[in-house]
Amino acid sequence: MMLDVKWAVKWLTMCAQAMAEHRVELIELDRAIGDSDHGENMDRGFQAVLDKLAEAPPETPGAALKLTAMTLMSKVGGAAGPLYGTAFLRASTFLGDAAEVDPAALAGALLAARDGIVARGKAESGDKTMVDAWTPAAEAAQAVAAGGSGNVLAVLVAAAEAAEAGAVATDPLVARKGRASYLGERSAGHRDPGAASSALILRAAAGAAA
Amino acid sequence: MTVRIVVVSHSEKIADGAVELAAQMAPDVVILAAGGTPDGRIGTSLEKVMSALDQASGGDGVVVLTDLGSAVMTAESAMELADDPAEVLLADAPLVEGAVAAAVAAQGGADAEAVKRAAEAAYPSALGSGADPAPASTVSEGSVTGGGPEFTGDFELINQAGMHARPAAKIAGGISSLDAEVKVNGVDGASMTGLMTLAAGKGSVLHVEAWGADAERAVNYVGGLVQAGFGEP
Repeated sequence: MMLDVKWAVKWLTMCAQAMAEHRVELIELDRAIGDSDHGENMDRGFQAVLDKLAEAPPETPGAALKLTAMTLMSKVGGAAGPLYGTAFLRASTFLGDAAEVDPAALAGALLAARDGIVARGKAESGDKTMVDAWTPAAEAAQAVAAGGSGNVLAVLVAAAEAAEAGAVATDPLVARKGRASYLGERSAGHRDPGAASSALILRAAAGAAA
Repeated sequence: MTVRIVVVSHSEKIADGAVELAAQMAPDVVILAAGGTPDGRIGTSLEKVMSALDQASGGDGVVVLTDLGSAVMTAESAMELADDPAEVLLADAPLVEGAVAAAVAAQGGADAEAVKRAAEAAYPSALGSGADPAPASTVSEGSVTGGGPEFTGDFELINQAGMHARPAAKIAGGISSLDAEVKVNGVDGASMTGLMTLAAGKGSVLHVEAWGADAERAVNYVGGLVQAGFGEP
């Protein structure tokens, strides 16, 4: 099985649903260690993505991801805008104008997205940021894709599970990047909101392929 | 034609206010605000930044000033997507002081690199870039001494023309935005005309004395400009 633009649009639609559904939860996480706007911003950003998808339906997965990147960077407002925007943009560039995505391309796109977040935010693993969800996700995707027997669904499920575990693992960490780093030790004991929304995005990617 | 300036802030009011303040010092410089989100919330928007960069293109380059974290990331994203990213420089400088210093430098005809340096010379000592809090690191020649309210420094003019209108405007422009009383060879450092009366040529030494909360920054600011030759040959 290969992924096509229908999957991409379904993924983004499921992202919007997930952000609406988890809006309050993300706001609560961000209230604990940030400026409490993450749930609001992500919900608004992905609703804007839905509007754009309806206005100008994309023809390839790469085009869908590029439209998402530009919309999130313009509409989200907080740090998540340029970070997710860069992630989607780099993934889009990696996929180019291919109509279909195989497991290797998918894993490559996820790695490109992770690299984009690292380049833009300059955070490292363990800094209690979305990198702590994306790095294990990209590595798990690579491992399944490299195994050869993997299909796209297996790659996405592995990425989603690794991202969810990575998000949970941010709970005890002390933040070293972003708004939460101003809190120092007091940031420990709370899940990073960006890692939590990253896990939602990657779970939606798997859900759209199921 | 001058270098143009774009001010990116989470707040539309901050960006507009910084532009207004800087424009007062630099009537001929195109200074554009990109503050807040398109729907008027606190935040930064790629759309607004790219629109400002687009309007700012066609001059002698663009210097971008930003406030908190995601403003930097949004500006970097915009530069990554810009048609001609080479002509856009991102200054690591405090927004208000940096915008004023940049505007005054641009008004004086400085090129983009020099405008960026003028903005960065206005850096508050306590914030520094990243973990390096040492303000003295920006002053390799001359010395900053003293404790309490008083700081001094001695800096040799290295640019060919020495102290003339443009350097005086740059020094006075930056000093007047600081909370400090500054004397340069005995004259008021915030007074452009006072500085020009010094008639200090190349090789002359400026003796800077400063009092007040921003005294150390003021000395570093003057030192940074002098040692950069005010961006002139």
